[in-house]
Amino acid sequence: MSRLSRLRGRWTIPALIVVLALVAGGVYFTRSGDDPVAVPFKEAKIDAPESPDSTQTVTIETRLYLPQQTPAPAIMLAHGFGGSLRSVHTQAEEFARRGFVVLTWSARGFGRSTGQIALNSLDREVRDAQKLLDFLGTRDEVQKDSGGDPRVGVTGASYGGALSLLLAGVDKRVDTLVPVITYNDLAQALLPNSALATPRSDTTPAATAFGEDGVFKRSWAGIFFSAGMTSIDLASPTGEAPEMGQTESNQPATEPQPAGNSGAGSQPPPTPSLGACGRFTPEVCAAYTEVATTGRASQQTLELLRKSSPVAVTDQIKQPTMLVQGEQDTLFGLDQSDATARQITAAGGKVKMVWYAGGHDGGNPGASLRGEIADWMAFHLQGKGTDPGTGFEYAVQGAFRSSGTPSLRTVVAPSYPGLSGASTERRTVKLSGREQLAVNPAGGNPAAISNLPGLGSALSRSSAISSRLSIDLPGQAAVFTSEALESQLLLTGSSTVRLRVARGDQNSGEAILFAKLYDVSADGTRVLPGSAVAPFRVALPPDGSATEVTVTLPPTVRPVESAHKLALVVSTTDQAFANAEQPAAYKISLASEGVSVPVVPGRNVTTGFPTSALWGIVIALLVLIGAGVIALFRRRLAHDSDPSLSEVPLVISGLTKSYPGGLTAVRDLSFRVEHGQVLGLLGPNGAGKTTTLRMVMGLIHPTEGEIRVFGTKVTPGAPVLSRIGSFVEGSGFLPHLSGAANLKLYWAATGRPLEEAHIEEALEIAGLGDAVHRRVRTYSQGMRQRLAIAQAMLGLPDLLILDEPTNGLDPPQIHQMREVLRRYAAAGRTVLVSSHLLAEVEQTCSHVVVMHKGQLVAAGEVADIAAGGGEATFRVDSPSKAADVLRGLEGVHDVHEDEGAVHASMNGVPRAAALSALVAAGVAVDQAGPRRRLEDAFLELVGE
Amino acid sequence: MNEHDVHTDPSAITELTDAAAHQHTKVAPDGSAVGYKARKTLRIRVELQRQIRRRRTQLVLGFLVLLPFILALSFEIGQASPNRRSGGFVDLATASGINFVVLTLFVSGSFLLPMIVALFFGDTIASEASWSSLKYLLAAPIPRHRLLRQKAIASGILSVFALALLPAVALGVGVLWYGAGEVVSPTGEAAPFADGVLGVALAVCYIAINLFWVAGLALFLSVSTDAPLGAVGGTVLVSILSQILDQIQPLEDLRNYLPTHYAMAWADLLSTDVDWSEMTRGTFSALVYGGIFTLLAARRFKTKDITS
Repeated sequence: MSRLSRLRGRWTIPALIVVLALVAGGVYFTRSGDDPVAVPFKEAKIDAPESPDSTQTVTIETRLYLPQQTPAPAIMLAHGFGGSLRSVHTQAEEFARRGFVVLTWSARGFGRSTGQIALNSLDREVRDAQKLLDFLGTRDEVQKDSGGDPRVGVTGASYGGALSLLLAGVDKRVDTLVPVITYNDLAQALLPNSALATPRSDTTPAATAFGEDGVFKRSWAGIFFSAGMTSIDLASPTGEAPEMGQTESNQPATEPQPAGNSGAGSQPPPTPSLGACGRFTPEVCAAYTEVATTGRASQQTLELLRKSSPVAVTDQIKQPTMLVQGEQDTLFGLDQSDATARQITAAGGKVKMVWYAGGHDGGNPGASLRGEIADWMAFHLQGKGTDPGTGFEYAVQGAFRSSGTPSLRTVVAPSYPGLSGASTERRTVKLSGREQLAVNPAGGNPAAISNLPGLGSALSRSSAISSRLSIDLPGQAAVFTSEALESQLLLTGSSTVRLRVARGDQNSGEAILFAKLYDVSADGTRVLPGSAVAPFRVALPPDGSATEVTVTLPPTVRPVESAHKLALVVSTTDQAFANAEQPAAYKISLASEGVSVPVVPGRNVTTGFPTSALWGIVIALLVLIGAGVIALFRRRLAHDSDPSLSEVPLVISGLTKSYPGGLTAVRDLSFRVEHGQVLGLLGPNGAGKTTTLRMVMGLIHPTEGEIRVFGTKVTPGAPVLSRIGSFVEGSGFLPHLSGAANLKLYWAATGRPLEEAHIEEALEIAGLGDAVHRRVRTYSQGMRQRLAIAQAMLGLPDLLILDEPTNGLDPPQIHQMREVLRRYAAAGRTVLVSSHLLAEVEQTCSHVVVMHKGQLVAAGEVADIAAGGGEATFRVDSPSKAADVLRGLEGVHDVHEDEGAVHASMNGVPRAAALSALVAAGVAVDQAGPRRRLEDAFLELVGE
Repeated sequence: MNEHDVHTDPSAITELTDAAAHQHTKVAPDGSAVGYKARKTLRIRVELQRQIRRRRTQLVLGFLVLLPFILALSFEIGQASPNRRSGGFVDLATASGINFVVLTLFVSGSFLLPMIVALFFGDTIASEASWSSLKYLLAAPIPRHRLLRQKAIASGILSVFALALLPAVALGVGVLWYGAGEVVSPTGEAAPFADGVLGVALAVCYIAINLFWVAGLALFLSVSTDAPLGAVGGTVLVSILSQILDQIQPLEDLRNYLPTHYAMAWADLLSTDVDWSEMTRGTFSALVYGGIFTLLAARRFKTKDITS
């Protein structure tokens, strides 16, 4: 029987593993069903004039994604430089699922659209887009403001973002726009100059100098240009920027940003050689060639770049605009969107500004930010949702996290400072450092490294790595350091510093310098926030006197911890820019006492906090408490007592225990044990004695029937069990403790008063001598047995239950044990002893219950059952003669002979009378006594 | 007859029977002997005495005291550059006393600590069953739910003590060897010593909560088997399996459902700007798993036939 449950125990772990596997499978199955279905789209080719007056046309390939319900407002989604309509497929589907009609197209010169790249020229790409607006105006699926004016928002990243600004500037049919990581002025983005002799009066956080005659951003420009040559998209960021609340960098899970083309259909191979100008218009090609070879831009080139830039039309934009710019962006930095925001606000438009933890070096907007863009569109096009407002949000990247990604929080300020309200708050951090000499090597090589365009986005999975990439070369840089900060400084925007630069030798007529602001931790680790540098060009007077300039450092967001320092490094070279070729030396010193650092106070957005997990914790706790309370009430209701039986130590009625699998250990067993009895439970091994006793102790649950001890029904742990002392199937002690300690701890575990225990008396009954202080694991079987019986007697229980108490004891000990039990019962207690030995029961017990195969065979007084109702047995030398004598006695009947013995029913005749009759008849009587029916019956059972 | 004999003196029987004859059991309304109260059975102090005197408890605690010394010694023997200020957890171990504690927690977090909790919880009922003493405790009677609860609480106390002992000793050893300097995190952030101590204390609290699932599972296996080794080993095995699955990148978000997924989230406490989200999720995950296993254990133990 115990094997069965052990068998069940053995299957627990495999069963558990199977259950876990099933749960995991279930989770997987339900989740894999969540894969979004594809959104249907229609492809169309639209012809547009090559240029305003031209008769030639270019063909623009388009896709129109349709939501489930039409008509709906439309979103024009433009792709980045080097991409095509295929590279925005995923985002288009997302918008369509939010209920927008989405139009995507390949700009001229990209994808399968024909024509040449004119860099978002107002006469070419922008007119193409207007043609697409016309097209939307003709579609029934698109909601209209009036006649041919569709309800439409425009968005796009980088090159596409600039197009959205340009289109909104020239065409009032555009209702709202969300330009993402784009430029304000391409000339300033590719040829920045961060120094001005007299600073501008802009009070926005990320305003930079936008000086004339900048330093050529060589690496990025090259990547940008080659993207147009080969249709391979090196310029667009790969992957997604980290977002708040994101636990794992899930880059592999998102659709990989394709190199140029993806989506349905066969890919056209990259068009490698269309001559040195690739798919660019000759004007653009010539302008690039000029800048790339000379490092300077002519007026004509600057004109071309400006005309293709949003700055040309921002004074016309009055539509609500959400500007999304990246903090990890050395191509189009935060200063570009800052300029756009100022220009749109000046024109009377409303601007919301979002800085996220990505950019051309850090990745595309993640799912949460894309959702925010869709929310913006939903509010401004459909009137759905809450007003996204005109606030300012910026992401703050913190430290390393256990999940492997840096922490991120979003800070929200009510408005972008300096646009209309108060100007940006600035703090001055004192810098110190004497005048230093910095040398420009001939050819500008070797050069300091601040960032690796293109590669940067691959590296910047961990901004910690990319921002530590920076290398300054000794002798080529001047360094000015602050004191350790006393509290955290959240740098938000572009810091400014005033520098004094003078000739260090005769060669240096003009200086190209690169300023960067490092966050230096207490252990000396330097981090260049955003990997960004501020290049500037400054003319130096020939007389050796110094020129003072205000340098605006690259805008960035960086929490500078307390005890960190700020270090301003002004170097002569930078790998990413066109450095000065002539060897020269410059004297650089501070003209202001420190660096002016912008801060934008705001509140932390806490939506990233896992409130659902917090609620989960509360619910889990409540469920656990609830389960405990329910169990408590169920236990309270379990008490069941019968007062009429309160003096009867044990009543067993209809007791059955069967195990699953058909084995029945005890079947319909009923008997009583009365006060003062020593009752023997007799039966061969496997008769169900031990199972019965275990049920009495509440260890095994009966299948049927009940057990009452002193009238109270026995359930597991029923309080009435405290009146029972038991020893069942072997001793159970802590092997590492002594016998005495075991008994003391056992009694302590019952929680009853020590004076009730009578431990001394019980130990003397065990009679272990000084062995009682040895560890139990050194005891012999018999010693353990004696200690266990002593344990059963602790507290002098009213009912003492002993299972095979004499097993393993030697004869004198057995004798003593009988004595103990008899006298214990005589002292007003009740004893129940089980045994498979008849003699044991006969000699110890007053009453007996005989069991076999789980059933009751006989019950009653030992004498009664043994006497077999007055039959007697005579052992004689001549049974036949004796039988005759007995038959002759009056009243004696049922005489029969056995081998060497005669049995007879005496029927009231005293055995002594029969004995004297036999002796008188000359029969030699060896023995005379009651007939041992019990033994017969028992032997019969055992013999089976 | 001398003291070494196993023998019952006849006078002892007389003493006992006299005592029995004079002491008449008074009965309380619930049928129990007066003096017995279910809520007084197996008090925590008693159970702790039973457990603390065990050799395996003493060995485990002793090992936890020894481990920081072994680690410190191995840094001494190896070519460590003292007070390094950059690198990973292991490189930073010698930066300060707190960094040494962090290393100790880091190296013991994935295997040792779950194993200790599994040992205390998995062994508690199963070992009683294997000694056959469980039946006598239950027949005393200690109600089953109470036995389980008291044993779980005692195991919990021992586990928390063990979890606190290790960093406490490590802190002592660390301060002795590497001084009470600033804590340096792998990102190069430095925090004052006092903040570090607080962070480590919170980390220990989190580890204790996070290991609740181990406790629950071990308890469940402990009531399901009579073999202590099966309960402890089974729990450790499940923990290892979960950690292995956590390494399988293609499982992606599914790994968030693994009970060990958030085991190292306490590392977030080491930065100045503490992110509580991972730890909140870890707490939730541990509570759910631990709660389910504990309820299963309680249910199993309530309905089980005790046959050991």
